[in-house]
Amino acid sequence: MASPAPGMNRFYLLLGAVALAGIAWLVYQIGKPSGVSIPVNVTVLAADTAGFRGYLAGSPDAPVEVSEFADFQCPACENFETIQFPAVQQQLISSGQVRWRYRDFPLEMHPHARVASHAAACANEQNKFWEMKQVIYGRQTEWSPVRNAASKFSDYAKEVGLDVGQYDECMKSAKFAGRIQASVDEGKKLGVTGTPTFLIGGQLYPWTSALGSDSIRVLVRALLPKPTQ
Amino acid sequence: MGIAMLSLAGLFIAIYMYLYKIGKIGSLICGTGGCETVQLSPQARFLGVEVALLGVVGYAAMLLLALLALQPRFGGRAWPSRLLAILAGGAVLFTAYLTYLELFVIHAICRWCVASAVIILVIFGLSLADLRRSASPA
Repeated sequence: MASPAPGMNRFYLLLGAVALAGIAWLVYQIGKPSGVSIPVNVTVLAADTAGFRGYLAGSPDAPVEVSEFADFQCPACENFETIQFPAVQQQLISSGQVRWRYRDFPLEMHPHARVASHAAACANEQNKFWEMKQVIYGRQTEWSPVRNAASKFSDYAKEVGLDVGQYDECMKSAKFAGRIQASVDEGKKLGVTGTPTFLIGGQLYPWTSALGSDSIRVLVRALLPKPTQ
Repeated sequence: MGIAMLSLAGLFIAIYMYLYKIGKIGSLICGTGGCETVQLSPQARFLGVEVALLGVVGYAAMLLLALLALQPRFGGRAWPSRLLAILAGGAVLFTAYLTYLELFVIHAICRWCVASAVIILVIFGLSLADLRRSASPA
């Protein structure tokens, strides 16, 4: 068998070197740590919560309080947010019957849930929590499977009109990690084990497919003060 | 040789895009930020297949053909060059369609896609020159 010409040998060597460099670069890209990480199980300080007990929607004077313990990466929470919550908002929150508290309850099985909670907390700092929450849930299938969901949240921050510089600083600082943990601890103390779970009139209602806006309306109506004759 | 080297570069770009698309790479190195917008758009799929995956297959095929054409046993044959020119021509048309989508539908530019477009144009040019050379009498 004839051996390749010396020029061809040099070419194959060069091609091999480029291939090796390319593979090494791809391996580095795959192994590169993702941008932001929010610590889990941090010690909660009093200053972390400073009276904060979840994101409130509706009138603070509404007669019934509903707390929703939810995880941004949980598909059932996404389902509730996109299908049921608009009706809840229209029928119960806007009508002044309910004050709705959204509480973070990121589950350990969801790797991006805590980062998502923190992204929403950073949006809240610029008074855009509800807008950010809607976008994060609405695009759950987009960010949930990727490795670095934080970069997606940064895009969403831009989309909802946040000051991205301030948002990025907030994310890097992880300053709401304690507050998120406090919400998880409180949920656990109440008996929350899965998401979404609703606390209505002191009673916990874990998610079932039957628990929609209609059943929440029935539960709320039973708690509304009876009109005096 | 140039075609093989460029196909290899294009192959790495396509693999990089595909790894991002399947969630193996966290974020793309992209100055404009448009890469992720483009990759996450509905237009990043063509007939149900990831465009990045089509790129991987296309560049791998071109690399293979370019290496085949360099083998002495195919020295006198025109078919590898012809096939390469047809493949590169198809890829140029597809790239033009994708560039149109970036500019007028997605309204975002992905630098990696631009790099791939330049590579495929040069490959097409080289493959035409190669074809002419192999067709002309020695």
